[in-house]
Amino acid sequence: MSNNAPATPGFWKKHQQGLAPWLFLLPGLIMFVVYVVLPIFQSIWISFYDWDGLGPKTWIGLGNYEELLGDEAFYVSLKNNLLWLVLYLLAIPMGLAVALFLNQTVTGIRLYKSLFFFPFVISQVVVGLIFTWFYAPNFGLFSALLKELTGLDFAVLADERFVTFGIIVAGLWPQTAYCMILYLTGLNNINPEQVEAARMDGAKGWSLLWHIILPQLAPASFIAMVVTIIGALRSFDLVSIMTAGGPYGSSRVLSFYMYEQALSEYGFRMGYGASIAVVLFLIMMVFITLFIVRMLSQERNA
Amino acid sequence: MFPAPIQKASPAAQLGYKLVLPIALILWLLPLIGVAVTSVRPASDLAAGNYFGVPSSFAGFENYSAVFRNSPIGWYILNSFKVTIPTVIGAVAISCLTGFALATYKFKGNLVLFFLFVAGNFIPFQILMVPVRDMTLKMGLYDTVMGLVLFHVAFQTGFCTLFMRNFIKGLPFALIESARVEGVSEWKIFRHIVLPLMRPAIAALSVLIFTFVWNDYFWATVLVQSQTAMPVTAGLYSLNGQWVAAWHLVSAGSIVAALPPVAMFFLMQRHFIAGLTLGATKG
Repeated sequence: MSNNAPATPGFWKKHQQGLAPWLFLLPGLIMFVVYVVLPIFQSIWISFYDWDGLGPKTWIGLGNYEELLGDEAFYVSLKNNLLWLVLYLLAIPMGLAVALFLNQTVTGIRLYKSLFFFPFVISQVVVGLIFTWFYAPNFGLFSALLKELTGLDFAVLADERFVTFGIIVAGLWPQTAYCMILYLTGLNNINPEQVEAARMDGAKGWSLLWHIILPQLAPASFIAMVVTIIGALRSFDLVSIMTAGGPYGSSRVLSFYMYEQALSEYGFRMGYGASIAVVLFLIMMVFITLFIVRMLSQERNA
Repeated sequence: MFPAPIQKASPAAQLGYKLVLPIALILWLLPLIGVAVTSVRPASDLAAGNYFGVPSSFAGFENYSAVFRNSPIGWYILNSFKVTIPTVIGAVAISCLTGFALATYKFKGNLVLFFLFVAGNFIPFQILMVPVRDMTLKMGLYDTVMGLVLFHVAFQTGFCTLFMRNFIKGLPFALIESARVEGVSEWKIFRHIVLPLMRPAIAALSVLIFTFVWNDYFWATVLVQSQTAMPVTAGLYSLNGQWVAAWHLVSAGSIVAALPPVAMFFLMQRHFIAGLTLGATKG
């Protein structure tokens, strides 16, 4: 096939190298720009308007943001997002612990690993329903255990003090499974010679883990960190399924509050919703920038 | 290997490990086991307060057939397939092209574009919600399967491009170089040299995107309103509202909704796990 040179016109032949990448990129780039890149700017734009989604837009400048500053519900959401962010990170050490526990070669261990990974594969809607049932007063498994062990009886999801923690625990379940699988693959790629050499030198247990194993797991830890932070800030499904932000809005997070303002029975306040989305976007951009800076330096070293 | 292989430990420790394994698994999956058991419990058990004991009879057949008979869950599942399968094909096909472009050509803006895809993949959905919903309405695709597919394809392109680009970067570049020297056209290099080598990446990515899109709930509520196009995630939530306290039905419905991605995972386990780790690390 290489012997008969195709009779391509001179222009194409001369510029093939330069044009080809753009032709390959074209379909993906168009889709991505139309559905992802442009909407970000449109949202920022809409956040300066008062708009119900149908009628005319009214320019109000920073009006939506000023309203946010005095909005109690906004602060509750922000505080809950912070709680999510901090507690969700527990999935990383927990995932590592499970991975270390399962990193053995006994019969049937593959099936065990798969089953431990289960919670990540099922939809968050199902996870949310499962935990709603788990926490349900009177007949939920958790409530029953709690009553049995401590004599206390309360409805986790109806109690303003515990509701967000209850939802985060539900979220930690699949997230721990995710971190576990990342670490299991990381442990698989560990340099056995280094481990043996360290063992010869008398390192074991915690010090071996800390000084030899964890540094080698750094790539896995980085990904676990990225997916966990992003997951925490994106949390929407569980809040929506388990409590719809309640009781009295005490379990709202920014993503859910935004949805509520823009698209629910509380009214179609697209501009106000967009301003909440912009705040969430800016918070996430801080982390995304950090991730990208690190990935970029890896890219340069490669 | 770390931790030290259990085979090197004392026989007692080995036995202990083998005993702890199933116990840990049961505790870990306790919520799920509870739901599975509830889904085969007769309604009379729940009425009688038998929530945790052994079901008084096996009502799995009644419960599951009731779920399919009395609710549109079968239709919702069909919708989920109609959304998920075209999305997988579309996003994977597009990202084979973009990944190839970003991995094999040196041109100005290559890294900028690559990180645009990477960053786009991490942003919160809410920043896209209002404009994407508005656009879908204007295109007449609101409340249709097509509206969901187009958005998912576009959004998943970000992750897929990251994945494919890293995978192709790991392929031997000399192969492409020598084909170029021989004057093979760029399209033929892609089609006949690179694409056949991408088979494992295509398999891994397909399984992963299937799960992501099947499990999507947010866009299913934002871009769809009626039963006609509703995927099973959103459908299950609305059924949950109707089946108040009918936990045997909610449980059976949950299991049904979770089954396709779980089956996919077990069938394609190797690819799935390769996908999760390969995309994010270096290929």
